Amino acid sequence: MVLNNIEILIEKYNNAETTLKEEAQLKAYFLSDDVAPHLEHYKPMFQYFSQSKQEQYTKDVPLNSKKTKLYQWISVAAVAVLMIGLVVPTFIGPSEQEKQEALLAYNQTIEAFNLISLGMNEGKQQLNSLTLVSDNLNQGIEVAGHLSEFTKTTNKIFKNK
Amino acid sequence: MKQADFVSLVMPFKDKVFRLAKRLLVSREEAEDATQEILLKLWKNSKKIGEYKNVEAFSMTMTKNFCLDRLKSKQAQNLKIVHSNYTDNNSSLQKQVEAKDSVDWVSKIMEDLPEQQKIIVQLRDIEEYDFAEIAKMLDMNETAIRVNLSRARKAIREKLTSTHKHGIK
Repeated sequence: MVLNNIEILIEKYNNAETTLKEEAQLKAYFLSDDVAPHLEHYKPMFQYFSQSKQEQYTKDVPLNSKKTKLYQWISVAAVAVLMIGLVVPTFIGPSEQEKQEALLAYNQTIEAFNLISLGMNEGKQQLNSLTLVSDNLNQGIEVAGHLSEFTKTTNKIFKNK
Repeated sequence: MKQADFVSLVMPFKDKVFRLAKRLLVSREEAEDATQEILLKLWKNSKKIGEYKNVEAFSMTMTKNFCLDRLKSKQAQNLKIVHSNYTDNNSSLQKQVEAKDSVDWVSKIMEDLPEQQKIIVQLRDIEEYDFAEIAKMLDMNETAIRVNLSRARKAIREKLTSTHKHGIK
């Protein structure tokens, strides 16, 4: 009776008409020890099916790929920040306060230059007085020349005596 | 979606993905790589995973497509996938005898089946999906799947009976 049933089922099985329940029945039958001799050749097939269902995937899958991606983007972000830092100020230009500060600095330097030129002029005037002194000196030397001429002539007079 | 959620979602069917990959790619290493690839792809798209109605069916379809692509590229390179799962038949008489009537023989028979039939037998007879699910995974209608499955089962039976009788005589 059971065998008959199995034979019908195996026929259906080969035509792919069995339901999952019927297939489970077949599997149970062929995995048991008392299989009819003329159906023996189905045994390894069902054994193989149930055996290969035991196989498992044991390898680990590295799922932390998200973090490493974040690290990669940090360099890009750094470059972007640098570029913004370089480019944006040239577009915006100096602020009002900076302009005032620059003007102040300019005025201060101009003042300093003026002071220096004033000092320079005073120095120049002193130089002028020096030239006056040298002029006087030259006059003095000339006068001294006259004097020496005078002494020459007096000497001649004394010799003639 | 956090890593723990993802793992618990993927856990129930990751072995199925692996077995399907192994069925198609034969070598264990290749199948492991393929499974890892599939799981990583799922993880990358884990935000969208909620939109899929059936993540398991979707993953099985992905696996099938991925493995077939992989096989195609291997064939284009004129390379056969190297696998070391099988010990040399001539290594020992003991093993040879064992292999003959043991289940190993079935796996060899299955290797000779066309890819389509391999996938269907894998999904139906080993993973025990119903026809509607298989139809969705493979994007085929149920009749075509039944026809293919019937052919595959008969082919396996043919080969098994012939070797079985051969063994007796």
